[in-house]
Amino acid sequence: MQAEKSGADILIEALCDIGVDTIFGYPGGAVLPIYDALFNQSRIRHILVRQEGGAVHAAEGYARSTGKPGVVLVTSGPGATNAITGITDALMDSIPIVVITGQVATHLIGTDAFQEADTVGLTRHCTKHNYLVKDPAKLGGVIHEAFHIATSGRPGPVVIDIPKDVQVATAPYKKPGPIEHRAYRPQVRPETALIEAAVEMLAAAERPILYTGGGIINAGPGASQMLRELARLSCAPVTSTLMGLGAFPASSPQWLGMLGMHGTYEANMAMNKADLMVCLGARFDDRVTGRLDAFSPQSRKVHIDIDRSSINKNIRVDLPIVADVGRAIEDMVKLWKARQHPKSDLAEWWRRIEGWRARDSLAFPGGGKEIMPQAAVKALFAATRGRDPIVTTEVGQHQMWAAQHFGFEGPNKWLTSGGLGTMGYGLPAAIGAQIGNPRALVIDIAGEASIQMNIQEMATATQYRLPVKVFILNNQYMGMVRQWQELSYAGRYAESYSDSLPDFVALAEAYGWTGIRIEDPGDLEDGIARMLAAEGPVMVDCVVAKLANCFPMIPSGAAHTEMLLHDAEVSGEMDDEAKALV
Amino acid sequence: MHIKEELAERHTLSVLVDNEPGILARIAGMFTARGYNIESLTVTDVSEDQSVSRITIVTSASSHVMEQIIAQLDRLVPVHRVTDLTAFGPHVERELALVKVAGRGDDRIEALRLADVYRARVVDATTASFIFELTGSTDKIDSFVALMREVGLVEVARTGVVAIARGAEAA
Ligand SMILES: Cc1ncc(C[n+]2csc(CCOP(=O)(O)OP(=O)(O)O)c2C)c(N)n1
Ligand SMILES: [Mg+2]
Repeated sequence: MQAEKSGADILIEALCDIGVDTIFGYPGGAVLPIYDALFNQSRIRHILVRQEGGAVHAAEGYARSTGKPGVVLVTSGPGATNAITGITDALMDSIPIVVITGQVATHLIGTDAFQEADTVGLTRHCTKHNYLVKDPAKLGGVIHEAFHIATSGRPGPVVIDIPKDVQVATAPYKKPGPIEHRAYRPQVRPETALIEAAVEMLAAAERPILYTGGGIINAGPGASQMLRELARLSCAPVTSTLMGLGAFPASSPQWLGMLGMHGTYEANMAMNKADLMVCLGARFDDRVTGRLDAFSPQSRKVHIDIDRSSINKNIRVDLPIVADVGRAIEDMVKLWKARQHPKSDLAEWWRRIEGWRARDSLAFPGGGKEIMPQAAVKALFAATRGRDPIVTTEVGQHQMWAAQHFGFEGPNKWLTSGGLGTMGYGLPAAIGAQIGNPRALVIDIAGEASIQMNIQEMATATQYRLPVKVFILNNQYMGMVRQWQELSYAGRYAESYSDSLPDFVALAEAYGWTGIRIEDPGDLEDGIARMLAAEGPVMVDCVVAKLANCFPMIPSGAAHTEMLLHDAEVSGEMDDEAKALV
Repeated sequence: MHIKEELAERHTLSVLVDNEPGILARIAGMFTARGYNIESLTVTDVSEDQSVSRITIVTSASSHVMEQIIAQLDRLVPVHRVTDLTAFGPHVERELALVKVAGRGDDRIEALRLADVYRARVVDATTASFIFELTGSTDKIDSFVALMREVGLVEVARTGVVAIARGAEAA
């Protein structure tokens, strides 16, 4: 007879069997048995955040930067509801996390008990899957299955809701073998015939483009390697979504920069004029496509994605391939080599691309006495080049400027909230990334509005001596909102001014951080150097031009060819059709 | 500005799922969350060990949305298989209705006569009312109910569509 363990001990045991060594969490009544079990062991490190939302973003940052699943532990009711934004964020960006929530005892479920919330009901549509475990004997199996589901196929968040009595009750636990789910079997291997067709199309194309996304990051570093190989063989230009930055080195001459709403002129024009587009682990988001009927109108389209529902959702494609994108690219590379396809002659195509590139669409006006936010990002990039930093962001103009002006050479270095666009993501994500990469330089490029959404996590960094750097591009506006109001509402800046800002330097010091203020363009380099030289966490309040706008920009509902390159082209008011688009 | 709607086509989907708590909410909720419509939905377990249920969903959507609906269903973890019976071809669709009609005199006689034409069975009767039981396609039941409205319809209960592919094989 196997000795029985409490549900809480089963949880710890199962997490250890899975290889979990870090949990981001916050205690409360409905998880006390689990916290007690954590107290009595030393294999798992618990990172105490300051708000449950922070725990989930930290787990996302940990997952995105290490490739391992992030784990969260929170209490019932408000603990679970606070976690929901982060869970939704992880769903939208396909981040593998497992969130364990406490629940009131099984006999109290449905009675409006203290701190009861219908967590499985609330999270049903913002998780990849969720569980309410009412039987301790099933707990171990559910935990193993949850990690399998979170990390395989298209990754995503999984919630396990564990009532308090199930944490206390005992049952046997045995480590299960490999998980064979009855219904859930993601299709990982591509069909050979489809790979052959894709290779032939790519080899025959005169104006090909590789359009890559976050799926390549999720498929592991090997996938990024294979992408480089495919690009080398095919000579095709490469562009990427916001989520895919780093999969292809920004220093490569084949790199066109990001595409879409704030993408480069060359990326969007190449997409528009291509005769073949190969979409690799991206999902034709509206921020990428602009007006659908004008999106890459002349191209035949290949789409490789592990999630069948991403295919033909927004854009109809000619060759859909359901598979792990890393495997698929690897097969394409192998086949290309086996067939000894010659290097394509894309000279004419590249000549056109160089013409678009010569427009230098990321150029920005000088700021005179003010620091231009773009210049600040470029200076940050230049100062950290040799150090392979991990960069997180909040959401807004600063996020887009970081995406445009910070070059990434490898995957898992760029952590941003793409699908949900969650302000407040960057600081906790940086904390999670720093926990997962203790030696790395981790920088949150922030806005003064966003940073206030999870500012409480500064204490977490202090407690665990995490040397994260928060670099605030302080324009005293919710700049992205202000920019849209300028474009669509004739500059009626409703509620987008960041009033009553704290003194960020004093705030930093109050939390035991180093605070630095940079106001003068002449001090930019020195300020950044001081930030990098400081040992512990640093908050930089970089005061930048207030009214700078982020260009290029494709207004929502416009085609890639209708890109705005400068402020001067901005119209003051938009029609209702355009206003209705997000 | 006005909001445009797309042309829709009616499809019957058969979905085999793990018979776990919350599965119905998962499926129905996915439809509402993504703005798909449900005309009818039935669910019962159909395996010997009660571990698998068949959900029959009648929905209408444009063809590309239909493709999405199927892919979105298929992606749910507890879903084993989704079959679009309408696209698959020959299949049988049935619905059962209980129809209560009250009236006296000519209306009562006419109700009985029509029930006979539609092969509806009387499953309950009082001197002032009948309950008819009727099985058939949705259209047939719709037209029977419409007729009963004229002769004293009181209330209707319908099961929604259940459907299965024709022939010897499972679809
Ligand atoms: C939680 C949340 N609320 C609201 C928004 C809408 N929003 C997008 S960008 C933005 C302004 C961000 O301001 P700031 O952090 O200062 O960045 P900036 O654009 O000025 O660089 C807002 C309010 C959002 N993305 N997330
Ligand atoms: Mg701002």
